Amino acid sequence: MSFVYDKLLGGKSGAIGLLVLSVIILIVFPMLLDGFRLNLVGKYLTYAFAAISLVLLWGYGGTLSLGQGIFFGLGGYGMAMFLKLEASSPENTAIQSTPGIPDFMDWNQITALPWFWEPFSSFGFTLLAILVLPALFAYFIGVAMFKRRVGGVYFAIITQVIAVILTVLIVGQQGYTGGINGITDLRTLNGWDITSDSAKYLFYYINCGLLIGVILLSRFILTSKFGRLLLAIRDKEDRVRFSGYDVANFKIFIFCFAAFVSALGGAMFTLQVGFMSPSFVGIVPSIEMVIFAAVGGRMSLIGVVYGTLLINFGKTTFSESFPELWLFLMGGTFIAVVMFFPNGLAGLWSQYSPDIIKKIRSTFGMANPELPLSSPGLKETNS
Amino acid sequence: MGGYSYGELGAIFAMQGFSGISLFSVLLLMALGLAIIFGQMGVINMAHGEFMAVGAYTTYLMSSLTESFFPAFLPYYFILSIALAFIVAGAMGYLAEYVLIRHLYSRPLDTLLATWGLSLIMQQSFRSIFGAREVSPTLPEWLLGAYPATDMIDIPINGLFVLGLTIVVTLGVFYLMFKSSWGLRVRATTQNRVMSGAVGINTKKIDRFTFALGCGIAGIAGAAFTTIASTGPTTGTLYIVDTFMVVVFGGAASLFGTIASAFSIAQAQSILEFFISGSMAKVFTLLVLVLILMFKPEGLFASKVRR
Repeated sequence: MSFVYDKLLGGKSGAIGLLVLSVIILIVFPMLLDGFRLNLVGKYLTYAFAAISLVLLWGYGGTLSLGQGIFFGLGGYGMAMFLKLEASSPENTAIQSTPGIPDFMDWNQITALPWFWEPFSSFGFTLLAILVLPALFAYFIGVAMFKRRVGGVYFAIITQVIAVILTVLIVGQQGYTGGINGITDLRTLNGWDITSDSAKYLFYYINCGLLIGVILLSRFILTSKFGRLLLAIRDKEDRVRFSGYDVANFKIFIFCFAAFVSALGGAMFTLQVGFMSPSFVGIVPSIEMVIFAAVGGRMSLIGVVYGTLLINFGKTTFSESFPELWLFLMGGTFIAVVMFFPNGLAGLWSQYSPDIIKKIRSTFGMANPELPLSSPGLKETNS
Repeated sequence: MGGYSYGELGAIFAMQGFSGISLFSVLLLMALGLAIIFGQMGVINMAHGEFMAVGAYTTYLMSSLTESFFPAFLPYYFILSIALAFIVAGAMGYLAEYVLIRHLYSRPLDTLLATWGLSLIMQQSFRSIFGAREVSPTLPEWLLGAYPATDMIDIPINGLFVLGLTIVVTLGVFYLMFKSSWGLRVRATTQNRVMSGAVGINTKKIDRFTFALGCGIAGIAGAAFTTIASTGPTTGTLYIVDTFMVVVFGGAASLFGTIASAFSIAQAQSILEFFISGSMAKVFTLLVLVLILMFKPEGLFASKVRR
């Protein structure tokens, strides 16, 4: 029992935080929001996967990846390819000059299914591909970079360039990828209508379940000895190396895990939103994911979920009513978070919550226990 | 490369080479500014492209003002607007350093986020002031047209002018960084900030002027950019990744490396564009760069600095 409590939930404050989050996303949102808005929240929560991956990689690991969109996109495209193949059965596409291939291929005069699309007609392979391929890709990037001790700023720039390459490739090869419009018009999953309301509710709950699972798994990683080492690497990489640890392997592992988590979010995105396009792969979405993590608090697995929700609610609300103001506000938020609240929302909470809780307790006439304050502060990283 | 004779291939290479020179000039001017900011100060300036756009918009503004108030001055305004682009972009860079960057020197990854925020604000400002449509200044007569070198090869005059400008700016930067006492102080501050302060260098002032200089050069790049393409609010973002690649590939802090890498990247992209589509040329160039950087992370010409 203490294993679950300490390792998975992260002690008392972690357990309460996770409970509150679960109540909000599992009970409060479905009660208050209509189907359309709930689907929107579900979409935002898929970005939270990427934000959580950045907590591990950037907050604790000290390695900033500007390419989490790559993995989000790989997961999303994997799922989209399977759904698209199912949607383009020969009966559905009988009016095409080549029936049985996705419509955008037909428009681009492609007459046979390309070889890398073939395996995605099997659901089992698709699931495996979503879970394994992004992590494998991250492994290759990680080995190539971390083994040669490339890190910090250079790693950020190179991951960004890889995101650009992937976007340009997807947009340029529209016969194979659907181009700038992406893969659209996805209707069924193994014959089950994914655009129906019941499917959307189910996906929302699956999404929330996976998110909570990912938070638990990440917490387990961070509270283990590995998590301690990760922090040590962030703060004094050389000292860890001189103590006999192979620093690169730890970084590669966390990069792969981050890729896996982001890809999971991408796959859930496709299922809930019903399409996937290169605008979720490139520089802008990748940096936005970093912003979600920064606003929520780069050291807090739970905080980043709120950060993601807050920024996306803001984006939707403002870009609907004041599109001009939104970019100013977003830009201002970036600057303010970096300059004044480097620990984000979670930092503000841990700074002010003891006072608030004390006040609430004294209003209700309860005794105040001594709260142990232990939140790992943000260290300045010099790389 | 079937279907082309050797003579035609030669002409294609020459023509694409010259069109690559315009790209090379803009990339190099951008990269020079960035190499100073990133290489010397370690600041990742994601808003660098927007400082280029500031220069481009300054040129556009000058052109419209000249056209409506002093039409006789039209043939000469461009020279003046280059200087003005430098001053305006430099002044904005100075301001950005004072307000924002100087608080973040100890956190290089955070400068990236803050300057990205800055770039969003600048982009929206361009959109609010100049509109979402792309604009381009009226170029003076003498910049238009082409010089026919042979019957198959035409050399665009604006390309030659921009190349000349780039050479002048590069020599200026070289003199400033490596021959002047100011450059000595900049390099000293990079190598050992505390020690530089101890021997009486005002390191904060140096930082501010170095950043302003980098942004000013981006402004010049913007002025040069108007001769080859039109300017929109998001023009800067299109070039920022390429520029970072130039700086990283050349080996940050090496002037010669920056020139060599800007040249090879621009030429590779320009010549490949003729044979395969533009997007694939870009994919191919960037892919090769990433692969080379994986094997040689320190770039082509690494400076021997202790890290």
